[in-house]
Amino acid sequence: MADAADFPANLRYSVEHEWVDGASPATVGITSVASEALGDVVYLELPEVGATIESGTVVGEIESTKSVSELYSPVSGAVVEVNQAAIDDPAVVNADPFGAGWLFKVDVTSTGDLLSAEDYAAHAR
Amino acid sequence: MSEDKKTPLYDEHVALGAAMTGFGGWLMPLRYTSDLAEHRAVRTSAGLFDLSHMGEIEVTGPEAGAALDHALVGSASGIAVGRAKYSMICADDGSVLDDLIVYRLTDERFLVVANAGNTELVARELLARCEGHGVVVADRSQDAALIAVQGPAAVQIVTAMVADDDVETVRDLRYYAAVPTTLQVGAGVRALVARTGYTGEDGFELFVASEDAVALWRALLERFGGDGGLLVPAGLSARDSLRLEAGMPLYGHELDTTTTPFEAGLGRVVRLDKVDDAGERVEFVGRAALAARQASPPARVLVGLKGLGRRPARAGYDVVLPGSGTKAGVVTSGAPSPTLGCPIAMAYVTPEVSAEGTELAVDVRGRPEPFVVVPMPFYRRGEH
Repeated sequence: MADAADFPANLRYSVEHEWVDGASPATVGITSVASEALGDVVYLELPEVGATIESGTVVGEIESTKSVSELYSPVSGAVVEVNQAAIDDPAVVNADPFGAGWLFKVDVTSTGDLLSAEDYAAHAR
Repeated sequence: MSEDKKTPLYDEHVALGAAMTGFGGWLMPLRYTSDLAEHRAVRTSAGLFDLSHMGEIEVTGPEAGAALDHALVGSASGIAVGRAKYSMICADDGSVLDDLIVYRLTDERFLVVANAGNTELVARELLARCEGHGVVVADRSQDAALIAVQGPAAVQIVTAMVADDDVETVRDLRYYAAVPTTLQVGAGVRALVARTGYTGEDGFELFVASEDAVALWRALLERFGGDGGLLVPAGLSARDSLRLEAGMPLYGHELDTTTTPFEAGLGRVVRLDKVDDAGERVEFVGRAALAARQASPPARVLVGLKGLGRRPARAGYDVVLPGSGTKAGVVTSGAPSPTLGCPIAMAYVTPEVSAEGTELAVDVRGRPEPFVVVPMPFYRRGEH
C-alpha cells in the first residue's frame, strides 16, 4: 500500500493527512492518501486570507461525491493565500495533491507534531 | 461481526484496482478510478456493475403466484410470464421490510430479487408466509451472480453478446421484462437477461451462475472495455449517485421499518384491491395497516430537494425552515449531482412544506444552506 516513495521527502506530514513544505510562507495541502480515500473532490472550504489558524484544529472542509471530511491545519500562523484555482476546480486536488492541488499558504509561527515521509508512510499503511 | 462475503468477481475488482467497501454484508467495489468518471460513463456510454451481492430467491410451485400475493404488497399472480414488477414486502404494521423486483420466469416459477442486507430476512419471511401453499422457497444467492450493463450503449453491448437469432429478442426486450438466453462466452453461458436497472438509463441485468461470472465479466471488458471503450467498470459510489439523480429509493435511506410505501410516494405498489382465483379479497401481510394508512393523511412525505448553494446535504442532516430554523424534516440521501452540477437530496418533510417550489434550508454541519423542493426524478434520460 503506502510506500515512502509515494510521498515527497521534502514535505512534512500530519496524522490527519495534510502536508506542509518548509518554505516561507509555507504551503499546505492534503496527501494522496487523503484524496484517494475521499474520491472526487467537488467542493473546498478553505480558511480566509488573514485568518489566524492553529495547528491541529479544523480550518475548513473538503467535500467529495461520497463524503465530507474536515481539513486540519498542520501549522499555526496567519493565512496569506488560498488556492483559488483549486476552489474553482477542486478536481486538481485529486489530480495533483502535492502540486497544483495545494490548498493554502501560511506565515508559520509554530508547527504541530509532524512526520517525515517515511514515518507518514508507516502511519498511512 | 462475521466477515464480509466476497462475490465471484472479487479478484477481478482487486485486479482493476478498485477501492473495496463493506455493503450489506458483502465486500463490494466502491470505485475503480473516479466516482464522477464512472457516473458520466453510465450517462453517456455504459457502465459495468457487479451486483452479485443482491439476493435471488426462487419461489416455485402451482400456487406460487397466490403465495406471493399473500406475502407481498403487489400482485404477483398478475405478472405475465417473462415480465417483472417492482414490489415490497411489508410487516404486519405496514412498514417496509424490503423493496424487491419480482420476475415471473414461468407460470409456476418466480424470482424475487432482494437487497443484499435483507436477503436472509426476506427468504425467511417468504418461507413462513408461503406455508400452506405447497411452494418451494429457495435462496439461490450463493449460486447466482448478477452483472449489470447500464447506459445508452448497453443495448449495443448486450446484443453483441447473444447469438444472431436472439439479437432481435434482446434488442426489443421491454423495460421490466426478462428472457433466458445463451451468451456467446466460451462454450456459451446461460443467462437470464432482464431490462431493468437502478441508474435512470436504459440497461440490462444479467443473471448467471456464479461459476460463469468471471468469464462473462472478462468477455464484456475485453470486447468493450479499455481506453476509449464503450464500457467502464462502475462501483457502488456511482451507483448511488445515479439512482439518486433518477429519484429511486435506497433501502435503509428512503425505506425502512419505520416507513410505509405511502410516505415514500410509492403507494402505487400496494394493491389493496387484489383478489384471489375465487374473487375473494387477498388479506396479504400488512393489508389492514396499509388500508388504514392510505385513508389517513401522512405525517411526512418524501420530496426532492435541489441545493441553491454549493455545499451538499447528506443523509441524516435536518431540514429546517429558512429564517426560524425550526426543524421540518430529515435528509435521507444527498450528494452533489454530477449531471446537474448542484447538490440534490431526498428528504422526509412535513406535508405543509412539501409543495414544489417551497424554499427550505438544510442544516449542513451547523450552517443553513438554501434548498428548494423540486419534482423527482432530478434526471430523466434524454432531457439533459
